[in-house]
Amino acid sequence: MFEILRREEMAGGTVVLNEISAPLIARKAKPGQFVILKANETGERIPLTMADTDPTKGTITIIYQVVGKSTALFKSMQRGEQFQDVIGPLGSPTHLEKLGTVVCVGGGTGVAVLHPITRGLKDLGNHVIAVIGARTKDLLILEDKMKAASHELHVCTDDGSYGHHGFVTEVLKQILEEKDVKLVVGIGPVPMMKFLCKLTAEYKVKTMVSLNPIMVDGTGMCGCCRVTVGGETKFACVDGPEFDGHQVDFDELMQRLSSYKEEEALAYEQHTCQCQA
Amino acid sequence: MAKAEKIPRQPMPEQDPQVRKRNFDEVPLGYTEEQAVKEAERCLQCKKPSCIEGCPVSVEIPAFIKLIREGEFTKAIHKIWERNSLPAVCGRVCPQEIQCEGRCILAKKGDPVAIGNLERFAADWERAHGKGELPPKAEPTGKRVAVVGSGPSGLTVAGDLVLKGHHVTVFEAFHKPGGVLVYGIPEFRLPKEIVFQEVNFLERLGVEVQCNVVVGRTVIVDELFEEGYDAVYVGVGAGLPRFLNVPGENLIGIYSANEYLTRANLMKAYLFPEYDTPIVKGKDVVVLGAGNVAMDSARTAMRLGADRVRIVYRRSREEMPARAAEIHHAEEEGIEFFLLTNPKRFIGDDQGRVKAMECIRMELGEPDESGRRRPVPVEGSEFTMECDLVVIAVGAGANPLLTQTTEGLALNKWGYIVADPETGKTTKKGVWAGGDIVTGQATVILAMGAGRKASDSIHKYLTWGW
Ligand SMILES: Cc1cc2nc3c(=O)[nH]c(=O)nc-3n(C[C@H](O)[C@H](O)[C@H](O)COP(=O)(O)OP(=O)(O)OC[C@H]3O[C@@H](n4cnc5c(N)ncnc54)[C@H](O)[C@@H]3O)c2cc1C
Ligand SMILES: Cc1cc2nc3c(=O)[nH]c(=O)nc-3n(C[C@H](O)[C@H](O)[C@H](O)COP(=O)(O)OP(=O)(O)OC[C@H]3O[C@@H](n4cnc5c(N)ncnc54)[C@H](O)[C@@H]3O)c2cc1C
Ligand code: SF4
Ligand code: SF4
Ligand code: FES
Repeated sequence: MFEILRREEMAGGTVVLNEISAPLIARKAKPGQFVILKANETGERIPLTMADTDPTKGTITIIYQVVGKSTALFKSMQRGEQFQDVIGPLGSPTHLEKLGTVVCVGGGTGVAVLHPITRGLKDLGNHVIAVIGARTKDLLILEDKMKAASHELHVCTDDGSYGHHGFVTEVLKQILEEKDVKLVVGIGPVPMMKFLCKLTAEYKVKTMVSLNPIMVDGTGMCGCCRVTVGGETKFACVDGPEFDGHQVDFDELMQRLSSYKEEEALAYEQHTCQCQA
Repeated sequence: MAKAEKIPRQPMPEQDPQVRKRNFDEVPLGYTEEQAVKEAERCLQCKKPSCIEGCPVSVEIPAFIKLIREGEFTKAIHKIWERNSLPAVCGRVCPQEIQCEGRCILAKKGDPVAIGNLERFAADWERAHGKGELPPKAEPTGKRVAVVGSGPSGLTVAGDLVLKGHHVTVFEAFHKPGGVLVYGIPEFRLPKEIVFQEVNFLERLGVEVQCNVVVGRTVIVDELFEEGYDAVYVGVGAGLPRFLNVPGENLIGIYSANEYLTRANLMKAYLFPEYDTPIVKGKDVVVLGAGNVAMDSARTAMRLGADRVRIVYRRSREEMPARAAEIHHAEEEGIEFFLLTNPKRFIGDDQGRVKAMECIRMELGEPDESGRRRPVPVEGSEFTMECDLVVIAVGAGANPLLTQTTEGLALNKWGYIVADPETGKTTKKGVWAGGDIVTGQATVILAMGAGRKASDSIHKYLTWGW
């Protein structure tokens, strides 16, 4: 059913793109929504944002970073192979509107999630400034696509191997100083989003982030994905995954993401052993 | 008659508590043919059998028991099927003590006939020995019915309507069908193989089961009509976890029962790392609540290697809503009960993992709207309980994914769908609903009973109109 029709590796093989046949989902999906995928009978249910969709072809595209057992298993799947289960579209779509100047900031694989939102904001007539970053040049993804989806693109690397030497937040600060920014969209690793929100709070600029807590069903049935937003408990899979960044308790999110640290390490170790054997 | 009363109730052989508390195999082992016949002999074949009144779907209890007594096991299961399409499930999970067995005449003087055990026996015998013949199906009507949710309620509707010649498609959000029977009730109480066989039986009858379809997201109810379905049955269950809203509830190691049991059952986390889904394995476990869900959570935690499992409940023993058999099994497995106790907050370590729970003692005051005496906190009685895993099993609510995307569907103040109790008709033309999404979390057999009424009504509608 959910056959992989196209497969690309990016960022030196640490990031993989899959275009998957999923007509029912492709027909319905909107920017900001995600799917849950399960590779095989024993697999885990893994949430990934749809980086693109093609309703006429009936396909969805996911771009994921290989961080543990399940994403390593996904990476091992070749063109023509099938995911046993793909569920979606899940989550609330991004609320897109015309505001004026907006800044879209992406770090690491967060750029993949950011891209359709950036494109959507540009299509609505906003002046879109994009800032993307990675640890080093080789890990940068989707530069060309982000260029096409924005009016102005800034690139940063932590080690200075390409573009601005430093963090995306430094470039963002500059922009906030110079321009009348109506909205910042920040998507990336949790620490990046946390510091980005601290910065935009100083400038009192509305900021939207996309959260990635651990999930099981993705339909509001289990409460695994709960996050604290504005002092209230929200379920990221139905109330989100996007939230007002100034209200999010990032420290709690970071802690909850570490729930299965030991189990994840064990699973990954066993997986890599099996692959080498 | 006097002779019959002398036979004692046949106990069902069970795994030894000390052994079973560390494995996921089924606890009761089932009757042998001899035991079943002997138990069947206890039934007085009452002229006015009160047991039937206690069964929500009116299984013809004395009739099927008579057939077991005569060794006509195939006929016995056919007798049960006339009323109940999932006897292997109901024989195992019905709260018989307040339903059929509670109303058995023998219950007045001693032990009632073990109706549930006999029902289970007949169903298991058929699975082991039966030829798996399919019942006759009516001529195709050309009508199409969409059933949303593959729990006991949806499966009942699907089975009834496919036999009447309608084309039935079941849409299920999860990747496996069965509802609570697969994601909630554990393997040691209801082997998943049984549920899959029941679903497989429906598929052989021609029911189409489509998993991974979240109605309200992948497709909405109105689109189902556009796609050519003539009627829609909504049996999506009560899939919204309830939390306590006390401080510290988002610490690591605090689960809703839905999450804990889904990880353990549906995702088979007890077989980690052979299966990929992890679960926190607590040593010192607290389960909040005292219904079936709480018992299942506690017994699962014990099987995952806990040293100690405590059930904490704010009312007293009499009010515990779980089936008597489950409470008994839990106690045998060493699960402790802390009654008249309520959590006030959870305390975490520097890693954000739960390490203790502050509680307060309760006492029973005046009866509340449920008729049960309301528990009130005893001031100054706070104390702390250490724990490294907490499962919150204090009930479930109505999941709004489907209801919020369906126009014209009236809901009550708690978000459950309003449906006619006799027909299952909702306020939206062509849409029926039943099971937990109408009543709130109830029982398997009530969800099936609601499905049966709705399928009768849907069939009438498809034949004669709304
Ligand atoms: C709504 C949503 C959308 C997402 N979209 C994308 C996407 O488009 N591309 C992408 O690469 N990733 C995305 N993620 C994150 C992705 O789900 C995780 O990276 C994945 O589950 C890791 O699984 P694993 O078994 O490979 O690694 P694990 O062994 O489970 O984890 C390895 C490491 O990843 C961390 N981790 C575990 N789960 C998550 C998680 N849910 N999010 C972030 N880190 C996690 C762990 O702390 C650990 O350090 C998304 C998550 C959510 C909830
Ligand atoms: C742990 C536990 C133990 C229990 N023990 C007992 C017991 O011993 N005895 C007893 O009689 N009862 C017991 N119950 C209660 C009983 O299981 C329920 O009352 C019964 O399953 C309700 O059936 P249902 O068909 O209404 O819904 P469910 O069984 O909840 O099934 C609903 C199905 O619909 C699916 N769904 C939900 N939303 C959507 C959507 N939008 N689109 C598509 N599909 C959707 C769900 O994934 C699920 O599979 C227990 C319940 C639990 C949770
Ligand atoms: S369906 Fe349940 S209540 Fe009815 S006879 Fe069987 S066990 Fe008893
Ligand atoms: S009430 Fe008890 S004894 Fe009488 S018919 Fe029913 S099961 Fe048999
Ligand atoms: S993932 Fe289960 S409620 Fe969000």
